[in-house]
Amino acid sequence: MKEYVYFPGCSLEKIALSYHLSALETTQKLGIKLTELEDWNCCGATAYFHVDELLAYTLVARNLAMAEKVGTEVVAPCSACYKNMYFTKLHLSEDPDLTDHINEALQEDNLSYSGTVAVKHLIEVFANDIGVEELKSKVIYPLNGLKVAAYYGCQILRPKKDHEDVEQPQFFEDLMSAIGATPVDFPLKLTCCGGSLLISSRPAAYSMIYNLLYSAQRAQADVIATACPLCQVNLECYQQQVNQEFGTHFSIPVVYFTQLIGLSMGIPPKKLGFGKEFLSPKKAIDAIKNIHSQEEVITQ
Amino acid sequence: MTEKIGVYVCHCGTNIAGTVDVEGVAKWAAEYLKHRGVVIARDYKFMCSSLGQELIEKDIKELGLTRVVVAACSPHLHEKTFRNACKNAGLNPYLCELVSIREQVSWVHTDKAVATEKSKAIVSGGVERVIWDEPLEPLRVPINPATLVVGGGIAGIQAALEIADAGYHVYMVEREPSIGGHMAQFDKTFPTLDCSACILTPKMVDVGNHKNITLLTWAEVTNVDGYVGNFQATIHQKPRYVNTDLCTGCGICQEKCPKKVIDDVFEAGLGKRKAIYTPFPQAVPNFPVLDKANCTYFLRGTCKACEKFCPTGAIDFTQQDEYIQVDVGQIILATGYDLFDVRRMPQYGYGRLANVFTSLEFERLSNASGPTGGKMVLRDAVTTPTSVAIVHCVGSRDKNYNSYCSSICCMQSLKFAHLVHERTGAEVYNCYIDIRTPAKGYEEFYQRLLEEGTHFIRGKVAEVTNAARVPEEEGKLIVQVEDTLIGKQRRIPVDMVILSAGLEPRHDAKDVARLFGISCSADGWYIERHPKLDPVATMTEGVYIAGVVQGPKDIPASVAQGAAAAARALGKIQQKEVAMEPIRATINQDKCSGCRICNNLCPFNAILFHEDKMVSEVNPALCQGCGTCVAACPAGAISGTVFSNEQILAQLEGLLLLNLKQLELEPVPS
Amino acid sequence: MSDQFEPVIIGFTCNWCSYRAADMAGTARMKYAPNIRLIRLMCSGRLDPTFVMKAFAGGADGVMITGCHPGDCHYVEQNYKALRRFIILKKTLTQFGIEPGRLKLLWASAAEGAIFTDEVNKFVEQVRELGPLQWPTSGGGLEQMFAVPEHMLVKEVAA
Repeated sequence: MKEYVYFPGCSLEKIALSYHLSALETTQKLGIKLTELEDWNCCGATAYFHVDELLAYTLVARNLAMAEKVGTEVVAPCSACYKNMYFTKLHLSEDPDLTDHINEALQEDNLSYSGTVAVKHLIEVFANDIGVEELKSKVIYPLNGLKVAAYYGCQILRPKKDHEDVEQPQFFEDLMSAIGATPVDFPLKLTCCGGSLLISSRPAAYSMIYNLLYSAQRAQADVIATACPLCQVNLECYQQQVNQEFGTHFSIPVVYFTQLIGLSMGIPPKKLGFGKEFLSPKKAIDAIKNIHSQEEVITQ
Repeated sequence: MTEKIGVYVCHCGTNIAGTVDVEGVAKWAAEYLKHRGVVIARDYKFMCSSLGQELIEKDIKELGLTRVVVAACSPHLHEKTFRNACKNAGLNPYLCELVSIREQVSWVHTDKAVATEKSKAIVSGGVERVIWDEPLEPLRVPINPATLVVGGGIAGIQAALEIADAGYHVYMVEREPSIGGHMAQFDKTFPTLDCSACILTPKMVDVGNHKNITLLTWAEVTNVDGYVGNFQATIHQKPRYVNTDLCTGCGICQEKCPKKVIDDVFEAGLGKRKAIYTPFPQAVPNFPVLDKANCTYFLRGTCKACEKFCPTGAIDFTQQDEYIQVDVGQIILATGYDLFDVRRMPQYGYGRLANVFTSLEFERLSNASGPTGGKMVLRDAVTTPTSVAIVHCVGSRDKNYNSYCSSICCMQSLKFAHLVHERTGAEVYNCYIDIRTPAKGYEEFYQRLLEEGTHFIRGKVAEVTNAARVPEEEGKLIVQVEDTLIGKQRRIPVDMVILSAGLEPRHDAKDVARLFGISCSADGWYIERHPKLDPVATMTEGVYIAGVVQGPKDIPASVAQGAAAAARALGKIQQKEVAMEPIRATINQDKCSGCRICNNLCPFNAILFHEDKMVSEVNPALCQGCGTCVAACPAGAISGTVFSNEQILAQLEGLLLLNLKQLELEPVPS
Repeated sequence: MSDQFEPVIIGFTCNWCSYRAADMAGTARMKYAPNIRLIRLMCSGRLDPTFVMKAFAGGADGVMITGCHPGDCHYVEQNYKALRRFIILKKTLTQFGIEPGRLKLLWASAAEGAIFTDEVNKFVEQVRELGPLQWPTSGGGLEQMFAVPEHMLVKEVAA
């Protein structure tokens, strides 16, 4: 059983609880153990690095130092957490003076950062470590006919990390194909959702969300699948406001990729966090013939 | 007998004198190296000037100097100058040494005291070395008057015609079935808007008909041996499967051939050709080539339509590869360029979005003998675009791909804009970083395009996409670009996008360079002997470069370089022989034990072994003077001229002058 | 002038590539440590290991051998021979008690003036750290090195 150190991040506690539940359920079924890092702290999200860089790095280094003690690979489902941990690791490896400085602070907690733990995004675990073939073999209810817009969001691939193809990646679509769904041609799959602009500059964020929804609708997607809590919230929770602002009638459900994978593996929808959405994906998912023969998938 | 050595330290204006105390160095040499044989030491502002040289000549005549050391610039610049001065004064030129205190001292160090000390050491090294110099005569080898021109584009064609017209023989080798190069693909040429084929084909025909040119197309050079004046080149003639003695160029075989293939080379993938084909109607030579990989007969054993219909029976499926050896005196490389592969920039959508075209594709689209007959239409072959965006600098001026500027793309983009206006009346948007129009008539051409109503947007295009954001954008290609002059992001909906792709060296440029013994720069362009003053010669005597192979340039510049290379070659041919530096190895047969270690070390096979005497011997005609055998001989039986052990070791001792005190040096040889 | 030790480095360059790289560094006015003094050979293959030994014996603290990149040698393949000699030379020097860090091999093409400059600077610092070679120069360095130790000399034995 492959084991990873699991870093849920703040949003998975409440607003992205469905991501947390579906992540645990699906990985377990695939023979992977996600052990939550004890006493983890916030990663600093977007804001902290712009307030105080040194403290922000220290904040993340604390998590990495603790992870080092219990494992060799730490996995984050949230793109912002992933990005912060990845670049902290990179930056500290290039700057030994900074590392020493931070270790002075970490010493207070009996911790020491040595850069031995690898940082991965949850979707990379599915795409690279588990792989498409293994995933396919565990699919019971292929989501045939479900048109999915695979939305990477911007922070997984940008700023550039160690991925090969940053302009036209396909790994998310490949995962969707593996579970029987039909990934649509979604040209804005790497375009930003607006992130925390929702707080600082709402009109700008609305126009970015509008573009994404317009593109997904144009591609005739039944659902948008995301890999980041912020993307999910921005795209789903503000559809009504966007409609008001732009005079549109968008109504596209936005789910986590792990939820779709879970459905295809026959995990009961309640266990995958379905039922908590603003926009229920019930109609779209019930429409899939394969699952139709079972009980109504989503009871709310 | 002590030598009489003259030391000359150059100021080079302030280039050396600004950092090195040149007078001090000269004075020091006169005093401290007196016991080594220095009888006079001078400093002068510009040693390479005629006055400077006269100083040396005068001293040789009046003081009876037997050796000369000049401390100035790099020997690569003026060694010949000072050696000639000595020669004029009656001193053997090989008794003169030039040591560099400019490139090696004044230009690279800042501390004056340290620089002066180092200069003294370098002068001392030169003095020690020159004592061991021997009088030598340059070797004279006859020049074979024939020349090999590799590459049948405009630069190669120009070079070949110049030499052939002067009455000397040229072998031209071209890897495609016809000469003409990229210029044959173009529609119009800037800034005159001459039809490219109209100005090119007369030259091509001249080459094809010239009695002094042996034209080998569908052929490549596979090996080169020898040296300047005396090269042996092996040329691989690929089989055309057409007997050129019988073929009349009637074209029936092409008509009747049932197999169509996408033409990736001449038509840039836009059009098709047959399995047996001539690349374009004005091809020279006008003999078709059979593409074995796509021929039904070679693949499945059936068809043979070409053979059936050929009126002269010229089709020959049994033709074999041929290897031809030619002897030439000099070689001109004019192998041209490849276009930057725009698929490396997926954000521009080439290959994914139908109506994104490369510059070469657009040339074919625009060309009246191209796949659309000159109609400017979209990939559906029917629709005329109403709006066209032209993207400058694709793959150029970009540190992610190539940092250099490809020189011709601005003019090419303007040319495209003009042609689009003329033929379609569409709105044209040129997205540029800078407009580079330096040569004759270029700026005026740009003004003309401004007057024609072209929209110029100063901004590097971020993305070409079909992801419409509003209903008005549906069905169009959107060019997303920051218009830096108004400070706004723009999304411009167009029907067609043309990518002005940059120029790159041929994909096998490095291998070809190695074949001819020359080097490539970091970008892959061939290195000229001097970037400012000698752009067509290379470091290898007898091998010249011309055209884009040396770096991106337009047609007039390529033609000029082709003519320049030809002039250099002709100059040598006229002299009938070339003087080679007498840097050679010799084996003292008394010391040679016949171990033969040296035999296999020579890449030029210049060392023979005499079975009867059990000794080795160096053939001075083949020896290139690398000195590897000299270093390798365990018995010390091999000596090298100009770079002998004694000379090098003496220079070493002189260089290791660590302080101003006189060192206990070897007694001067008598 | 600082008190720190200034090593003396001898650099052997080949006429076609590395000497031109040094020229290029000069033309581009790149700055490097003045501790290095260059000798021009036609080819790195000309380098006789004796030259290196003589350089050390004559007072050099470090020796740098430079040539064309493998595959680009003007004389086709002679830099490979230089490479072979360098490898054996390094081993031999170690046996003499000379630190291997005092000998360096660098491939530099005519266009690589910047690389030449960087590597020279790096090498000077590397040798500076090793300190002066202190090859015995008085009383004939090489002779002293090859001198038979006292206790091994055959002595006259009283009959």
